[in-house]
Amino acid sequence: MPSVAATATTARTARSDQALGLDGRAGSLRSVFSPDLVDALDGSDALAKRRRAAADRAVARGQPSFTEEVWRYTPIDDLDPAQYAFAAPGGAAGPAGLLSGVDDGAAAVVHIANGAVLDVSVRADGVRVDTLGSGADDLIGTVAPEGPDVFGDWNLALASAPVAVSIDPKAVLTAPVVVHVHTDVEGLAWFPRLVVMAGRTSQATVIEHHTGGNTPALICPLTELSVGDGAHLGHVTVQELGEDAWQIANLCADAGRDANLRIGHVAMGGDYARARIGIDMTGRGGHSEIDAVYFGRGTSTLDFRTFQTHVAPHTTSDLLFKGAVDDYARAVYTGLIRIEADASNVMADQTNRNLKLSPNAWAESVPNLEIENSDVQCSHASSIGPVDADQRFYLESRGVPTDVAEALVVRGFFDEVLDALPSEQISASVRRRIDELVSDADFAAAL
Amino acid sequence: MSAPTAEAAHTLRIEGLHASAGDTEILQGVDLEVSSGRVHAVMGPNGSGKSTLAHVVMGRPGYEVTAGSVTLDGVDVLSLAPWERAQAGLFLAMQHPTEVPGVSAAQALAEALALRAGDDGPSDDQLERTRSLLEAEAAAVGLKAELVARPLNVDMSGGEKKRNETVQLAVLQPRIAILDEIDSGLDIDALRACANRIEALTEAGLGVLAITHFTRVLEYLRPDEVHVIVDGRIVDSGGPELAEALEADGYTPYLPEEPDAGVAVSIGGLGSTPASGTGASAPDDPFADPWADPLDELG
Repeated sequence: MPSVAATATTARTARSDQALGLDGRAGSLRSVFSPDLVDALDGSDALAKRRRAAADRAVARGQPSFTEEVWRYTPIDDLDPAQYAFAAPGGAAGPAGLLSGVDDGAAAVVHIANGAVLDVSVRADGVRVDTLGSGADDLIGTVAPEGPDVFGDWNLALASAPVAVSIDPKAVLTAPVVVHVHTDVEGLAWFPRLVVMAGRTSQATVIEHHTGGNTPALICPLTELSVGDGAHLGHVTVQELGEDAWQIANLCADAGRDANLRIGHVAMGGDYARARIGIDMTGRGGHSEIDAVYFGRGTSTLDFRTFQTHVAPHTTSDLLFKGAVDDYARAVYTGLIRIEADASNVMADQTNRNLKLSPNAWAESVPNLEIENSDVQCSHASSIGPVDADQRFYLESRGVPTDVAEALVVRGFFDEVLDALPSEQISASVRRRIDELVSDADFAAAL
Repeated sequence: MSAPTAEAAHTLRIEGLHASAGDTEILQGVDLEVSSGRVHAVMGPNGSGKSTLAHVVMGRPGYEVTAGSVTLDGVDVLSLAPWERAQAGLFLAMQHPTEVPGVSAAQALAEALALRAGDDGPSDDQLERTRSLLEAEAAAVGLKAELVARPLNVDMSGGEKKRNETVQLAVLQPRIAILDEIDSGLDIDALRACANRIEALTEAGLGVLAITHFTRVLEYLRPDEVHVIVDGRIVDSGGPELAEALEADGYTPYLPEEPDAGVAVSIGGLGSTPASGTGASAPDDPFADPWADPLDELG
């Protein structure tokens, strides 16, 4: 995409001129992500028009601040957009990491890196992968015509390498569709966009894999999942970014009538990695599950916002987020179950559990309910604490050394949520990674 | 029960043991000696310090030993971490076995057995052998094989947990086992199965310290010696006939006269309501129920 790269160079040069910003503010989002950049992107005229509207909304939204509820507990005020430049230089694919071996036998494999699509390989019937100018244009915005936050609006405006995965109605994919998203250009800011259209009564699993080098970068993905009536869709995000990366991700899903949506989220890296996951249960009889595993180390901040919105009656949603924070890491979970007035006979659950493995680690958990229909069953629970002393003592009383006992308890803590991820391959590789992390760690200081 | 040969004998010796939980002194000078092949029963009313004794010997956090000693074959047990005590040959069958989500008995015991064998961690083969041992021992006490494969104690009934403790005891083959109310929650068939398995182990040299409120379990465990503990002290010791006397008279003869507490503490009948009164507990007992074991309250 040479036109984008050229514009980016211009933007990067222009950035110093705009150091005091068009809006008079140094380092504002607007000074880096100019609406002018939109015109340099490929795509249909209709998309260009929507991009410009999104840029206008983003400009109007301005700069996020931790004084806003949605950015509470986050380091968003540390974001200095002037450290980043928007571009799409492309490059090479990232490492296999936690997805080692998963591409073999996949139904389709897509590689995206540094703002550009590198290659698309479709190996099975029943699935289609479209990129910019080849059919993705009209699908962008199907679930999220507007961004849930300012980064979501900038995403629509500036998504340089959008990919749309369409599962044919009734198609049953026995192997996953894998989308690798890699970032290793220093100071790059870009907006990955993935749209998944699961046709009526289709069955498929899509794995979205985010990797990165050990360089600062700002990655703001937006994923849309449209789950057709009666479709079964699994989607897993595996985030293993470098320790200097900032990720501000949005996932927006819509589950149709009798649809079954299983979302998995694995967060292992990043300096600040935020994932906002919103599910709209709009079709009667739909069911959704969101299961997340996170392990914060070093000085990373992992930030999760979830929204289980029940619009239609007879819908259910389950949510389980389990994470550990070690070293100086921080984790924030804020979740809302919202039951709209017409949504009777709803069952919704939300559980967040945090293990604090170091005295300097920190976690916060804020579950919320907002219920406008009395004919529902909702529950939420959360906890934050060190390795359970009774569990440790029980294992020790069998002759298991303290450090091994603690490692076993931490592994055991994750067992339930790992089993729930909608990909056994991912469950197995993340389980191995956690085993490595807990074998190396020394938790005694937390107790 | 024949006495084991001298060279194979192991002795757990508890001398003048004082221990506190918070500001409350619960053990006030306990003396006991348990050797290989011998079964000792420690009986006492609720709140007498029975479970505390078990936990202090195993090293459960939350207690402070203020005086006295515990040795196993002359080794100072109190200076060891709980897992080192287990590796030295002690085992505690818990009254309320803790649920450990996501960790199977095979995983935990394979780690312990690998360490005992001097290995860094269990090999796949050791894990598999541990699993087979557990299944065989489960069958011996009538516990379904799938229950020992589960995460430890998760979704098990009280009786299944107690059988699971017996299974782990049999797999680990300790030198001295402390059984903390192994009988509670067990129906008569399960009790008989567990007691028979433990008795077979004692014939092979296991020393047992069985802590219990009721005499029922002793019909099957057949103790060599019976001790009565009241207010954190051993107040009487004798042969099996002492258990029979307790069955008949309860603990009343050992309790201080308490004009206001007219109801005797009975050891007959499961589920009998304990008497009200404060005679058997320390005056500054911080726990609401003077008859409850403090550790139950601490969780």
